[in-house]
Amino acid sequence: MTKIDVPIMAELSTQGHQPEYLFWVGCAGAFDKRYQKVTRAFAQILNAANIDYAVLGTEETCTGDPAKRAGNEMLYQMQAMQVIETLNGYGVKKVICTCPHCFNIIKNEYPELGGDYEVIHYSAFIQQLVDSGQIKVNQEGLKNKRITYHDPCYLGRGNGIYEAPRKVINHFNIDYREMKRAKSFSLCCGAGGAQMFKEAEKGQKEVYEERTADVLETGANIVATACPFCMTMLTDGIKFANKDEDVINMDIAELIAQNLVD
Amino acid sequence: MNQLVFTIILIAAIAVLLRSFWQIRANFALTRDVAFDGQVMKRLRLTAKVALGQTKILRKPFIGLMHALVFWGFIVITIGSLEMVIDGVSGWHRSLSIVGPLYTVIAASGDIFAYVVLAGIILFLARRLLMHIRRFEGAELTNANKTDAAIALGFIMLLMLSLIGLNMTDLYLHGSELPGAYPVSASLLPYFDLSTVNAEVMYSFYWWTHILLIFIFANYLPYSKHFHVFMSLPNVFFSNLNPLTYLPSMPEVQKEVALMLSGNAYDAAPPEQPRRFGVKDVEDITWKNYMDALTCTQCGRCTEVCPANITGKLLSPRKLFVDIRARMDEKSKNGSGHFLLGDYISKEELWACTTCNACAQECPLNISHPNLIMDMRRYLVLEEGDAPDELNAMFANIENNGAPWKYSAEDRLKWTEA
Repeated sequence: MTKIDVPIMAELSTQGHQPEYLFWVGCAGAFDKRYQKVTRAFAQILNAANIDYAVLGTEETCTGDPAKRAGNEMLYQMQAMQVIETLNGYGVKKVICTCPHCFNIIKNEYPELGGDYEVIHYSAFIQQLVDSGQIKVNQEGLKNKRITYHDPCYLGRGNGIYEAPRKVINHFNIDYREMKRAKSFSLCCGAGGAQMFKEAEKGQKEVYEERTADVLETGANIVATACPFCMTMLTDGIKFANKDEDVINMDIAELIAQNLVD
Repeated sequence: MNQLVFTIILIAAIAVLLRSFWQIRANFALTRDVAFDGQVMKRLRLTAKVALGQTKILRKPFIGLMHALVFWGFIVITIGSLEMVIDGVSGWHRSLSIVGPLYTVIAASGDIFAYVVLAGIILFLARRLLMHIRRFEGAELTNANKTDAAIALGFIMLLMLSLIGLNMTDLYLHGSELPGAYPVSASLLPYFDLSTVNAEVMYSFYWWTHILLIFIFANYLPYSKHFHVFMSLPNVFFSNLNPLTYLPSMPEVQKEVALMLSGNAYDAAPPEQPRRFGVKDVEDITWKNYMDALTCTQCGRCTEVCPANITGKLLSPRKLFVDIRARMDEKSKNGSGHFLLGDYISKEELWACTTCNACAQECPLNISHPNLIMDMRRYLVLEEGDAPDELNAMFANIENNGAPWKYSAEDRLKWTEA
C-alpha cells in the first residue's frame, strides 16, 4: 500500500491554519499492526469527505487510561495534563476518537482536569457522513455476507452509543444478525480495565472464548467491531476456535473505506 | 386497655428501630465524605423511574414483573399498615375511611395486592429454596445469607396470610357495613365456613399477628440483606448520574501533580497528608459505597453477567458489597487488625475486573461496583506499589515512551506508510 496523506497539527499550525477536528489516533491506532489498518481506513474516509482535520503525530501520547484503570492515578494525571496542554495549546475544540477508551476518558474525565472538548466517536461521525451523503458507499459491497456487531463496553454501556455503528453497518444490503447478548446486555471481550496488558486471572476459560462463541452462534462471516482491544480479543478468539477461515473480524471504518465510491 | 398495650409496644418497636439506625449512622460517620452535587430534580426523576418504576429490574421481564408487583403492593399495603397503627392507638376501626370514596380504592387495591404479593413470595421462595438458580449460588452466599433470605420471604408470606385472614374475618363480621371494598377476599369468603368459630377472636388474632409481625420484621431488617426495603429509594436517589464508565479523578493526586508540573514541589508547603490513597478498609470508602452495601439484597444480577465470573474467575461483584457490610459490622465491634482488602477481598478478585460495567448496568438499584474496584486498585498501586508485573511494565512504557507498549513516539505516524 502507498503512503496516505494525513495533515499534521504542528505543520498546519505553522501555516496559520487551525483545523476543525483533531483526529485522536490513540496508541493502538498508531502501533498495533492490525489496528493500524483501521486508522488508515478512517483517515481515507476523512480524506474522501474532505474533512478539515489533523493528527498530532509524534506529539500524541497515551491518554493515561490504562494507567488510571490499573490504579495508577499519578501516572494518569501526568499523562492527562500533558495531553490537555498540547490540545489547549493548539486551541482544539473538537476531537474525533476511534478507540472507545480514549473517547471515554477525553470526553468524561478530562473536563475536571481542564480539558473541555466536543468529543466525537468515529462511529457517529461516519454515520453522519453516510447519512448526509458526504461520502458515497457501494451498498452492494458486502452482498451475500452475514454480519454481526460486537458492542465495545466503553462505547455502548459506557456512553450509550449503540445505534451509530449499527446504522453504519446496515447502510449495506446485508444479512445483519444480533448476538444473543447485545447492546446494554452485551458481553465484554475481556480486554477492558487494563486487562489488555496482562494475563487474565485463572479461571475455566478466557473471556474472549465466551464472547467468540456468541459470534459463532450467529453464523456470521464478519464480526464488526469499533474498538482496538475488542478487535485483538475477537481475532484471537476466532483463531483459538479454528474459525479464521469462516469468520473475519473487521472494523466498521474498514467496511466503509473498502466500499467507498468516488 | 388494648390501646395502652398497643401504644407501649409501638413505642418499644420504634425505640429499638431507632437504636439500630443509630448504629448505622455511626457506621456512616466512619466513611469518607463526598460532596453532594445538588441535582435534586434530576435525581427525583431518576428515583421515580428506576425505583418506583422498577425499570432496571424489568430487564428480566417475568421475574422482574413479579418483583415490581410485590414492590407496588408493598407501597399500597403500607398505607393499610399506617391505618392499623392509627386504629391501634385510637381504638377506632378502619380509621382511614374518613377520606371517603378514595378509601374504597385504597382498601380494594390493598386486598388485591395481598394475594398478588403472596403469590409472588411463594414463587420467590420456591426459586430460592427449590430451584437451582445460578445467581442464588456463590461463595459469598453462605448458609447464613441463604437463611436470611428465606426468613425475610417467610416474614412477608406470614404478613400477607395474616392480612388476608384479617380482611376475611372483618368482612364476615361487618358484611356490607364494612368501609371500603375487598374484592378478592369477598369472593373467597363463601368458601370458608366461619360460623363454627369465634370470628371476633379470629379477627383480633389476625390483627395482632399482622401488626406484631410488622414490628418484628421492621426490627429484623437492619440486620438483614432485606434492609433494601429501607435503602432502595435513597440509594437510587444518590446514584451516579454520569456515564457508567466515568471514573472520577482523585483530587488529592491532582494537587500533587500540579505541584510537580509547576516545578515548585519543593518550595510549596507540604500538602496535608490525605487519609490514604484509595481504599484499604471501610474508613476509606465513601458513604455512598456503604449505602450501596446496605442496599444490596444479594440478588446476584451483577455476578450473573460479570465476564470474569462467567469464565470461572474469583471475582463476584456481589461479594464486594456483602464484604463491606460484614467488615463494617466487624469494625463497629472493634475488629482491629483486619482490613477489607486482604482479609475480605483478595487482590486476585480486584485484578480480574474488566471494568465492563455489566454489573452496574444490571443492578436494579444502581449500585456501582467497578469504581469501588478501581479505588482498591488505587490503594494497591499508590500505597503499596503492588500491581501485577505486566502492569508495572505497562506503567514503565507509558512513563518512558508515552504508550502502553514499547514503541517510540517517533514511530507514531508509521501507520500512514504501512
